[in-house]
Amino acid sequence: MLSKGLKRKREDELEKETLAVDAWWLGPRPPAVAQAPPAVASSSLFDLSVLKLHHSLRQSEPDLRHLVLVVNTLRRIQASMAPEAPLSPVPSPPPAPGAAADSLLASSDAALSASMASLLEDLSHIEGLSQAPQPLVDEGPPGRPTSGAPPSLGALDLLGPATGCLLDDELEGLFEDIDTSMYDSELWAPASEGVKPGPEAGPGKEETLELDEAELDYLLDVLVGTQALERPPGPGR
Amino acid sequence: MMVKEEKGAGGGNDIQWCFSQVKGAIDDDVAEADIISTVEFNHSGELLATGDKGGRVVIFQQEQENKIQSHSRGEYNVYSTFQSHEPEFDYLKSLEIEEKINKIRWLPQKNAAQFLLSTNDKTIKLWKISERDKRPEGYNLKEEDGRYRDPTTVTTLRVPVFRPMDLMVEASPRRIFANAHTYHINSISINSDYETYLSADDLRINLWHLEITDRSFNIVDIKPANMEELTEVITAAEFHPNSCNTFVYSSSKGTIRLCDMRASALCDRHSKLFEEPEDPSNRSFFSEIISSISDVKFSHSGRYMMTRDYLSVKIWDLNMENRPVETYQVHEYLRSKLCSLYENDCIFDKFECCWNGSDSVVMTGSYNNFFRMFDRNTKRDITLEASRENNKPRTVLKPRKVCASGKRKKDEISVDSLDFNKKILHTAWHPKENIIAVATTNNLYIFQDKVN
Repeated sequence: MLSKGLKRKREDELEKETLAVDAWWLGPRPPAVAQAPPAVASSSLFDLSVLKLHHSLRQSEPDLRHLVLVVNTLRRIQASMAPEAPLSPVPSPPPAPGAAADSLLASSDAALSASMASLLEDLSHIEGLSQAPQPLVDEGPPGRPTSGAPPSLGALDLLGPATGCLLDDELEGLFEDIDTSMYDSELWAPASEGVKPGPEAGPGKEETLELDEAELDYLLDVLVGTQALERPPGPGR
Repeated sequence: MMVKEEKGAGGGNDIQWCFSQVKGAIDDDVAEADIISTVEFNHSGELLATGDKGGRVVIFQQEQENKIQSHSRGEYNVYSTFQSHEPEFDYLKSLEIEEKINKIRWLPQKNAAQFLLSTNDKTIKLWKISERDKRPEGYNLKEEDGRYRDPTTVTTLRVPVFRPMDLMVEASPRRIFANAHTYHINSISINSDYETYLSADDLRINLWHLEITDRSFNIVDIKPANMEELTEVITAAEFHPNSCNTFVYSSSKGTIRLCDMRASALCDRHSKLFEEPEDPSNRSFFSEIISSISDVKFSHSGRYMMTRDYLSVKIWDLNMENRPVETYQVHEYLRSKLCSLYENDCIFDKFECCWNGSDSVVMTGSYNNFFRMFDRNTKRDITLEASRENNKPRTVLKPRKVCASGKRKKDEISVDSLDFNKKILHTAWHPKENIIAVATTNNLYIFQDKVN
C-alpha cells in the first residue's frame, strides 16, 4: 500500500508483475505476429496457457473471469492435442504405455484438473466454513433452500460475530493432516511426472500421498494464502 | 452485415465531431491512481462523473450556455472531487481490497441535491452531493468565528439571517452497502422504481433497497455446488429502463439472460436466453474468450439491448433470442492477432459501449486511443482518435483508418503500429445532446458536434 503522496509509475507496476513469462511480451507493443489459428495447438500455446493459469492461481485473490477463461481455453487446447485424454475433472488411466507423450498429457491434464479441482474445492470449502448458520428471514423472499449446499448470501445477516471464532477453529483442523515435508519439493514440472493421481480428483486428505508435489504446492498456497473469502464484520454504517 | 465506411462521414446525419476539452495530467508518466475506471453522465447531462483507480470521484458540471457566444455548448468544469473509497485491508486474508471505482450510477434528481452510487470490488456507497451558497449570520450566543459569547454580555436579541457565500459543494456518504459480495462487483444498476438497485459480482446478483444497508436479497446465484464445475461467470448486469421487474445479466460464455423477478424470488431460471450460435468458420481456441461479454446496455426505449464482446458490438431485439438483429465489427483486423493478444492479456480487456440519446448511434472504444461510432440508420461508421494533437477547440476530428493488410495508404495506420497500451475502455454519451466523454488511460476527453 503506497502512501498518498507517492505517485507510482505505471511502467514500474507493469514490470513488477512480469514473471518468467517475460519473453512473451516485451515493451509497449505486442509481437506483431500474424498467426492463423492452428487446427492443433502448438505446445507453446499449451505452455503459455499453463503459465497463465499458474500465474492466475498464485494471485492472492484471483480474477475469477480470467481464471475461468484460461482454464476453459486450456481444456480446449488439451482436447485438440490429445483427443483421447479426458476433458472431465475425473482423470482416466493413460492410454497404451508406449505412447509416452499421450500419457504425459493425460497425467498433466489429470494433475491440472486435480489441482484446479482441489483449489476450487478448497475455496468453496473455506467459504462454506466462514458462513455461520444463518436464521431465515421471515419477511421478504425466501431465498435459497439451505439444505445441502452451503448457505448462500441471501436475505440474511451476512456475518455474525461468531463467524470469526468458527473460522479459526476450522482452520486449525485443515492444517492438521498436512505433511509439511512435501513443501520442500520443486515446482510442478510436467516432464517429471511419473505419479498417477488417485481415482478421484477431490482433495481428500487420505489421497495426499498419491497427489504429486505440485498439487500439494497449490493446496498449500490456497490454505496459507487464501484462508477465507469472507471478510470479518466491518464497522459498516 | 455490410458496413460501409466513408471518409468524412460522421455518425448520425453526418455529424462532425469537434474537440471540446481534455481533463487530466499532460505528462506521459501515468500515476496508477489517476487511471480512469468509469465515466457516467447524470440524467440531465449537466453533470459528468468519473471514477479512478485511486478511489476518487470527480464530478464536472456543464456551465450554463453563453447566449451570446453560441459557438459551442457549455464547458464542463470541476464541480466536486471527493474520496469515495479507501483501500481496505482484509486481515483474515492478508489482502488489500482495491479502492478502484468500478462503476458510478446516478440517481434521478428529486430535490436540490444530487445522489449517486459508486462501487469498488466489495462495497457500494450512496453519496449525496449538495450545494451550499448561503450561511447564517448573526447568532446571539456565538461570535462570527464560532466562539461562544458570555451570555451575560448579551443585551439585545437579533434574528440570524442568511447571507450569500461562495458556492461550496459538499459530498457526504449517506449509505454504505457492505459485506454482501464474496467476489468482485462488476455492475450496479438502479431500478426504474428508483427505490431498489442491483449489484452483480462474478457469481451472484443482489437486490438492495436504497434505504436499507444491513440486508440484501440474492436474486441470482450461479455458483455451482461443486466449484470444480465452475465454467462461467457473470460479467455485467442491468435493470430494464422501464419494467421494474426485468433485468439482464451477461456471461463469460457470450450469453445474456433476461430475468423476471415476478416469476420467483430466486431468478436462477431465466425467462429468455440470448445467444448467437458460433460461426464455424471463425472457430479458434480463443472463441470463448472473445465471445465473453464485457458490457450490456439497454436502449433508452427499452426495446433493444446492446452487448460488447472482444471484437464486436451486437444489438439484440428483446423479442428475438436466437441471434442479434445488428452486428458491428469494432476491430476485425485483430482476429488474426488473437494469439499475440492472448499472450499479452489484451484479449481479456473489457470494453464498454453506450447509446446516444435517441438510440440511433452506438459508440465503443478500441486500441491506440481510437473509438468507434456506428449509425444504425445509415449503417455508416467512423473511427476517431482521442489525442492531444487535435486539441484546438472546435477542431473537427479527422476520421482514422486502420490498414489490415496490404499496401498502407496515406493517413492509414497499420495494425502492427497500433499501441495496445492506449485503450479506450470507458465512454459515455450525453442523454440529450451530441456531447461525448471518452476516457483514455488517465485523461478525459469531451467532444461535441459542430454547432454552426
